[in-house]
Amino acid sequence: MSGTFVGMPGFPAFPSAAREAVHDTTLRGNLRHATHTIRAKRAKAVAEVSDWAELREAGKRIKDHTLRHLDHYLVRLEESVTAAGGTVHWAADADEANRIVTGLVRETGESEVVKVKSMATQEIELNEALEAAGIHAYETDLAELIVQLGRDRPSHILVPAIHRNRGEIRDIFAREMGDWGRPAPEGLTDTPAGLAEAARLHLREKFLRAKVGVSGANFMVAETGTLVVVESEGNGRMCLTLPETLISVVGIEKIVPTWRDLEVFLQTLPRSSTAERMNPYTSTWTGTTDADGPRAFHLVLLDNGRTDTLADEVGRQALRCIRCSACLNVCPVYERAGGHAYGSVYPGPIGAILSPQLRGTASEIDASLPYASSLCGACYEVCPVAIDIPEVLVHLRERVVEGGEVTRGGNKVVLRPAKGHAAERAAMRAARWAFTRPGALRTGQRLASRTRRLHPRTLPGPGRAWSGTRDLPPVPAEPFRDWWQRTRGGNDVKGTAG
Amino acid sequence: MRVALFLTCVNDTLYPDTGRAVVKLLTRLGVEVDFPMAQTCCGQAHYNTGYRHEAEPLAEHFADVFRDYEAIVTPSGSCGAMVRELYPRMGERARAQGRGDALAATLAPVVPKTYELTEFLVDVLGVTDVGAYYPHTVTYHPTCHGLRSLGLGERPRRLLQAVRGLELVELPGAEECCGFGGTFALKNPDVSAAMGADKVRNAESTGAEVLCAADNSCLMHIGGTMTRLRTGMRPVHLAEILASTKEEPAV
Ligand code: SF4
Repeated sequence: MSGTFVGMPGFPAFPSAAREAVHDTTLRGNLRHATHTIRAKRAKAVAEVSDWAELREAGKRIKDHTLRHLDHYLVRLEESVTAAGGTVHWAADADEANRIVTGLVRETGESEVVKVKSMATQEIELNEALEAAGIHAYETDLAELIVQLGRDRPSHILVPAIHRNRGEIRDIFAREMGDWGRPAPEGLTDTPAGLAEAARLHLREKFLRAKVGVSGANFMVAETGTLVVVESEGNGRMCLTLPETLISVVGIEKIVPTWRDLEVFLQTLPRSSTAERMNPYTSTWTGTTDADGPRAFHLVLLDNGRTDTLADEVGRQALRCIRCSACLNVCPVYERAGGHAYGSVYPGPIGAILSPQLRGTASEIDASLPYASSLCGACYEVCPVAIDIPEVLVHLRERVVEGGEVTRGGNKVVLRPAKGHAAERAAMRAARWAFTRPGALRTGQRLASRTRRLHPRTLPGPGRAWSGTRDLPPVPAEPFRDWWQRTRGGNDVKGTAG
Repeated sequence: MRVALFLTCVNDTLYPDTGRAVVKLLTRLGVEVDFPMAQTCCGQAHYNTGYRHEAEPLAEHFADVFRDYEAIVTPSGSCGAMVRELYPRMGERARAQGRGDALAATLAPVVPKTYELTEFLVDVLGVTDVGAYYPHTVTYHPTCHGLRSLGLGERPRRLLQAVRGLELVELPGAEECCGFGGTFALKNPDVSAAMGADKVRNAESTGAEVLCAADNSCLMHIGGTMTRLRTGMRPVHLAEILASTKEEPAV
């Protein structure tokens, strides 16, 4: 699983990628255990708050308001950051962002950076870009470290190594740590304390040596130019304060207008994500100060498809996401398919609506993501900013099968339907034709009834996949409408005469 | 009271017994039932697969057929949700696309009059004890659209609890999707089957003889998985349990 995600020509469509995961019993066991545990805890943490519904609504409103006036708040943010001694850079896409960060690191003359977990830098594949420029990036979040040492890919937005169990982690540490720095202690066990200690010793060396830190941010406060990271381990805080230069790469949608707005999200985010009343570490940083922290602060504001997404009336709500991962943890599809099958740094329900918007629906994987859901609605129910994920999924399905107008790179373009849906489209048209003609439907039913003894219990063609693992019901001798007509609405049947 | 039975295309074609059960049950409760023969399909499969333009004429057809009834009753949570939740959205969307108010105006009359069976029984008729007799152990699976789109809540359970002879046992992980999801089962067969198998295993662990739900599409998926996994359980639609009496037990 060390294949690349971004751009990924040839990454298989979701159904094939998921097939492997479904049959990997270790992976399914790991995921099942982890998601069920957090699911139950989250429900409890949310139930404790009597005004949860109001908080959810407030979060939704704040985000919608900010997105509607995004240009205004971004300018405001730039002013505040600059006034506080920071420098703001604008990046239209992944390449530009990587170029900016690589350039900034080069200017410091360093060839190593420490990183605090960041979805934005994963999205643009910054580590790979830095590596190509001869700069090593070290992940310092425990789970990210596991992923990095395992030459693996994150599979969850909050717990990137959710697909690994403790035994697997012990093996990775013992095998790999030496290649990256301080080796794992002799006789490392798979106890949480043992693993945490090994990571602590390994990382401490990195923190003390590093001159450059790279981070993302959960929020950016426009009024003061403050960035906010919430985390559980405190490693992020070390990354933010110890280096001399701090570079933060943040998606433009992460902005909130004022400190007051943070109050809402600092309640909903921890409860939705880790089921905690408050997250253990909340770090905020504003520009630079002489006495403490980094001497230079750079903020790289990342667009990478976000403005295009904002142009879509239905799909834009995906930008409200605060990356709490609650939707992943309740999703029955994510639980079986695992995060890697989504072919994106954003897996699960949010990934299924965000990735095809940020990247477009041209690739096989992106065209299959809107279908990676049974539309059960559990994701919408838990989302702390009320993103109607099922609605956006159906909206994107229409884009896949029917094409339509979208904004790409700031321009309106008309998409053609994705390939491979011709047979389905024909079937849907035929069904619509029959269903608007009751007589035709009836003929079909009669034919099915009359030939019922000939029907196999498995289906040919596209139906085979379904009937491969399930039996079809037998076709009844008489459809309901024939019974209704024959018995005059059941009035001829004993006991039902009204 | 005279109501229209909206049986849905799946029930009509594959599960006529459910339709007969609804007729028998409502008639027993003094409701006059009509089955408009021109009805076909609500358009849910089209809509949810992304063919929303194809779904519109079906919705219009539905509205034409059912417009004049006092109430429309359906034994399917997902088709009920289609009418109640998604028809208004279809109308709004047509308006947003500059196609005027015509679609919204056509669909609007049927939206508030459409009831899922348990809603109709509990909210409109005001009954929870429908006089049924069903001497079996039953576990109840609340289907996703019934649970989350329509918010059926405790209604189905209250109806089941009032059935004489019936022992209701809780289903572990009840609120988890069974993995059917219409075309999802075709498009993602492996994940869908894995979800179905987990649902069936949970159901089996209850020791119940019958798994009951208020939607035949989900029951088709669950039932098909049950026979394949050779469990001894049977999938039965809620309406068939409620229609069952000592004199005329359900088949
Ligand atoms: S979509 Fe909602 S539930 Fe999912 S990660 Fe984003 S905020 Fe959390």
